[in-house]
Amino acid sequence: MKVVVGHLYPDYLNIYADRGNMAVLARRAAWRNIEFDYRVVGFGDSLRPGEHDLLYIGGGQDREQALVAPDLAGRRAELEEAIEGGAAALAVCGGYQLLGQFYRDRSGAELPGAGIFDHYTVAGERRMIGDVLLECELGPDARGTIAGFENHAGRTTLGSNAVPFGRVVAGFGNDGESGFEGCRRGRALGTYLHGPLLPRNPWLADWLLSQSMARRLGEPPPLAPLRDEIESRAHEVASGRAFSRGGRAN
Amino acid sequence: MRAAVLLSVEVTLARLAGRISRLTGAGGGTTLPGKLLARINPDALGSLAERLPLGSAVISATNGKTTTAAMAAEILGRRLRLVHNRAGANLVSGVASALLGRRNADLGLFEVDEAAFPEIARRIRPRAVCLANLFRDQLDRYGELELIAERWRATLAALDPAAYTVLNADDPLVANLGRGRQRVVRFGLDDPGAARERLPHAADSKYCVDCGTPYAYEAAYMGHLGDFRCPACGNARPPLDIAARSISLLDLEGSRFELTTPDGSRTVELALPGLYNVYNALAAATLARVLGATLDEIVAGLGRFRAAFGRFERIQVGDRTVLMLLVKNPAGANEAVRTLVDGGPPSLAILALNDEIADGRDVSWIWDVDFEPLAECLDELVVTGSRADELALRFKYAGLDETRMEIVPDLGRALDRGLELTPPGGELPLLPTYTAMLALHRIAADRGLVRPYWESAA
Ligand SMILES: [Zn+2]
Repeated sequence: MKVVVGHLYPDYLNIYADRGNMAVLARRAAWRNIEFDYRVVGFGDSLRPGEHDLLYIGGGQDREQALVAPDLAGRRAELEEAIEGGAAALAVCGGYQLLGQFYRDRSGAELPGAGIFDHYTVAGERRMIGDVLLECELGPDARGTIAGFENHAGRTTLGSNAVPFGRVVAGFGNDGESGFEGCRRGRALGTYLHGPLLPRNPWLADWLLSQSMARRLGEPPPLAPLRDEIESRAHEVASGRAFSRGGRAN
Repeated sequence: MRAAVLLSVEVTLARLAGRISRLTGAGGGTTLPGKLLARINPDALGSLAERLPLGSAVISATNGKTTTAAMAAEILGRRLRLVHNRAGANLVSGVASALLGRRNADLGLFEVDEAAFPEIARRIRPRAVCLANLFRDQLDRYGELELIAERWRATLAALDPAAYTVLNADDPLVANLGRGRQRVVRFGLDDPGAARERLPHAADSKYCVDCGTPYAYEAAYMGHLGDFRCPACGNARPPLDIAARSISLLDLEGSRFELTTPDGSRTVELALPGLYNVYNALAAATLARVLGATLDEIVAGLGRFRAAFGRFERIQVGDRTVLMLLVKNPAGANEAVRTLVDGGPPSLAILALNDEIADGRDVSWIWDVDFEPLAECLDELVVTGSRADELALRFKYAGLDETRMEIVPDLGRALDRGLELTPPGGELPLLPTYTAMLALHRIAADRGLVRPYWESAA
């Protein structure tokens, strides 16, 4: 079995440990003898139809995001084709913003989005920084809590038909008001929870792996369980942080 | 007159607070007097600094500012009476406390936090500033690099035109701050033999400040520091005024390099290992030079220098040695790992991760560190601190088998366990984040192994 992963602009969007998410997917695939074929998608590289089972796009600083945005927005059709063709996707922080309709900064200038998710983002006065805990239900057998960290000035507003990734238990989420976090479109997820999102939420990592394989297999295969003892403890500690000091909307 | 009398009353009060803080064991009194003074009279910092006959110099950077300031103090301290915030108390309160704690000094020498640099510089009006590097660090607290650089630029623009600006020419964002300025002195490395083959994973500022094209590196030395040039528009590293050439890294024992200045070249022997300490030494040498130090004083001072608090500090515990290397962000941790592994791969280490404000509450940065070379050589790893599990995960996904890791959240117990695993005569590398480093130092002080930090800072 094989999963082909396309990592978009890893040289530009790599802040907050996006590499960690990739390392977790690669190891968890290897532990189950799933071949993890990692490919970089940089400026000008085309996304060939049907090439990727999983697309990943991370976050960057403002400057890097501005450098990447036009190229990414130009990929609208090929991204749309990949997602419609059954590829799974994970977009984190800046990458999540850039897959929406647009990002408007404090000066009013707009970065174009790739329009994969039905949302738009407007920079706010104050950054929303802190630990977060979410409740997510991605399927009958895929539900649980997600513990992470957010750091974003952008307030993301979901379109009327958009489905959020999760419900905020503690922290800010998309806009600090709606109680929702992230966006989901089938097997494609977008979220503000950056960095070690997958290490301490192994069930989400496995959901993504399984969904990635669904494209070739027709449906997501069950994965052999792993010993996730350290993962659970890290999840517990991070959840506690979200309760004790996660962001509060007011 | 009235203002002067008032200030002296306030100063007395604040000094008293420091003494009480030390006597009651509440802490080193390294920031309390300053906090109190700042509360009573926010202008006091400027008034106190104004009394220094030779003025002040300020050092800021993401990495190495404590070591650089301590090196500069070693160079200048034989000839001048210095006031220096040696314990790393580098916010407004720490600088104010240092000024309160030392009367009759000639020159102020302050390391300052990147975010506090604008306010401190505005108040104390330094005659020289040294800006050494900008790396991603605690984005939850400092924000993005470009933003810090912009604030630094505005601060420089408001300095006395006669003030010197010492800049690291190898850091594109920092080098760029010298454009259009007078009295800029630039330092950098000039030894392609010491370069890395490629940029590390999480290199920052690797795109041209003018046009956004990725820089081509003639030599990449550390993180994004190096001899850079934009292939599109020609923006490039400016010429070096002070350079390090013929660098030899001598395992964990130290390093040697040729210090090249307009006054001539001399060999510097440094008792600290790693390329990052060559950068620190260059920054200190360049700053000391604009403050009037001779080449002889610089070479001798750097030769005498031993580690600053917690930064490559060796602590003797019976017949074993603890080697403490503070780690606080990806670039610094990468260099610590590289120095350790190049210096003879360790088979045992302790890593400590806390998530207090001073450490960064967001621990995602550990995933940007290239820990893999360390994971490869370790037979045993003790992880500790309030986020010990997170560190264990990082090493698990770096390929270290779970059976080789011990998770001991309590710092004191972890230290004991590490020492137990260390053979007699052996050296135990200990890599803590900031508050873990302070706590471990306190534990070592309680055991009589080191002097409390406020004493060593006196
Ligand atoms: Zn350029």
